[in-house]
Amino acid sequence: MTGRHTLASTHIGVAIAAFAVASAMGVLQALSVADVEFPRRSESLYYVSLTAHGVLMALVFTTFFIMGLGYVLAQECLGRITGRLGAWIAFALAAVGSVMAAVTILRGQSTVLYTFYPPMQAHPLFYIGATLLVVGSWIWGGVMIASYRSWRREHPGVPVPLSIHGMLAAVIVWYLATAGLAAEVLGMLIPWSLGMVDKVDPLVARTLFWWFGHPLVYFWLLPAYVLWYTVLPQVAGGRLFSDRLARMVFILFVVLSTPVGFHHQFSDPGISSGWKLAHTVLTYGVLYPSLVTAFTVIASLEVAGRMKGAKGLFDWIGRLPWSDPFFACIALAMIAFTFGGFGGAINAAYAMNTMVHNTAWIQGHFHVTLGTTVALSFMGATYWLLPRMLGRELRFRGLARVQPYLWFLGMALFSTSYHLAGLRGLPRRVYSASLTGEYGEAWHGLTKVAAAGGTILFLSALAFVTVVLATWVAGKKISPPAFEFAVSLRPATALTLWDRFGMWTVVAVVLLAVAYGYPLIHLLSQQRWGSPAFQPF
Amino acid sequence: MNVELYERIWMWAAAGLIVMFLGAIFLTAGLQAVQPPSHLETMDPTALIHYPEFANPAVVTRPDGSLVVSVVAETYAFTPDPIEVPANRPVTFRVTSSDVVHGFEIVGTNANAMAIPGYVSQFTVTFTKPGEYVIACHEYCGILHHGMVGKLIVK
Repeated sequence: MTGRHTLASTHIGVAIAAFAVASAMGVLQALSVADVEFPRRSESLYYVSLTAHGVLMALVFTTFFIMGLGYVLAQECLGRITGRLGAWIAFALAAVGSVMAAVTILRGQSTVLYTFYPPMQAHPLFYIGATLLVVGSWIWGGVMIASYRSWRREHPGVPVPLSIHGMLAAVIVWYLATAGLAAEVLGMLIPWSLGMVDKVDPLVARTLFWWFGHPLVYFWLLPAYVLWYTVLPQVAGGRLFSDRLARMVFILFVVLSTPVGFHHQFSDPGISSGWKLAHTVLTYGVLYPSLVTAFTVIASLEVAGRMKGAKGLFDWIGRLPWSDPFFACIALAMIAFTFGGFGGAINAAYAMNTMVHNTAWIQGHFHVTLGTTVALSFMGATYWLLPRMLGRELRFRGLARVQPYLWFLGMALFSTSYHLAGLRGLPRRVYSASLTGEYGEAWHGLTKVAAAGGTILFLSALAFVTVVLATWVAGKKISPPAFEFAVSLRPATALTLWDRFGMWTVVAVVLLAVAYGYPLIHLLSQQRWGSPAFQPF
Repeated sequence: MNVELYERIWMWAAAGLIVMFLGAIFLTAGLQAVQPPSHLETMDPTALIHYPEFANPAVVTRPDGSLVVSVVAETYAFTPDPIEVPANRPVTFRVTSSDVVHGFEIVGTNANAMAIPGYVSQFTVTFTKPGEYVIACHEYCGILHHGMVGKLIVK
């Protein structure tokens, strides 16, 4: 049945290409910060590679991968992709946009990092390219919704497959999140970079950016959760513990994902402590669905172990398929997320946040959460998808078995040392951590360990890309294995409150309007002068 | 909804954990006035010269006896540098930027804020340990960002 998944496999191919380039950029940074000399090491290379790594990993790799995964699931679980032509137009827009942005970055014209805080100004094509990527993803969301609606008309009263339920939640989170980004980029940065307006307000821009920036994280996480809930128990040979609670979890993300951005702005002036506290409460609220997920997914794995005859309290752990590349990726991703989750709870408390704000701790944190939880889940998904999408057997299976463990080891070294260096005040995003004195010494030693971790991560990325490439071009042709999704111990049989996406979207929009409306109106009503543009170099 | 017993226990425990976390934050906010820097004061970042306080930023003792340090962050330096303050006395920092977004972190203390052009970050810290501290810019601000450091001397 090749051809059926061309749309999906094209997206995933682009995602992995972006990942490959971004990984090469990553190792350069880890070495540079640790003062390990390599040819052409320089400040400009460091900051260019930092921008490229961030944009390609956080925006291009994730967005294309999620779009591709969405198409696979729509095809397999709904039996359709409604609006294929639109989907291809979306792909073209997103691909052209990504290339535009990437070219201006690699040419050194847009070294503004993936947060692109004004008044540091990038080339107009950077902002326009990023916009096209987002517009492409908006069309993708429309195709997902259209596919769902078409299915719904034929299946009244039946709960939609859980994987689609989760993807729809991701689509809604994405629309809510990118509303803030659109306001920032279309309303402020593009006219400003084209010289149509002289000045922009940096704080308003930051606020709109973080309106987008944190829910962006949940946009990545929800598709990973879809894999954990609907594929992992199947691969492990078990059952999904509870379908109904999974639906609740996804809906809670729809409601609570967006109004949380102020926890990135605890150290910013101009936002009252009361509103910062309000966002803190919602941030802790969004911890809840993740804690519930931890139970359900681990319980599902225990079911798998026991179905294979495990006895006693922990015997089931050993009976899980740890040598299966998909399983290993996801299981390690979940272990990393435990640490990432508790680090996140620390960041969200502003007394503790003060100790770590903008230090290397933050880099350590998002490399366990996103760099491991999300990236490793997507790598695992790739191993699962390739044979099914392409009808080819995985090449270099041994390499694919080792790769997740290598990634986990590399990240453990990298992330732990960055967490520790951050506690000792090492600022994030520095070309070199060389500083004399007590702190400098501590920083320097830790960045060396991180550089070793970064090197291992690069080797792991290389292994992953090798397996993918080899499979794609030279994998043995097979009849594609079936896409099988986990059966629930307690399946959802009728529609409930948690299936009412329209209603929950309204709740989310109201909450968002309250959480951002007043602080933004208050800020905009002040006398403000704005800032002219500065080029980083 | 059909929820298993263990699952229900876990869900209550998770909710309890979150309530505990939030309780700690509310308590410190209420009883110890632990608040993030949230001062709202705007100015023209391209004309700091017209604001006496930031035209010549310095350590100043106000008529009411309070100690105020005004700081301008600018690529790639902090003014004044070094900053000298006494130990065991509340010091109010007022930090702004004349160009791009910078960070203001006094390494090893809990002084940590953003310097955003057009706005003043204001917060109060008491340093208990005399010595020299590094002030680091922790927001990327251009090609020499990593070299943007200042010094704080606590006497």
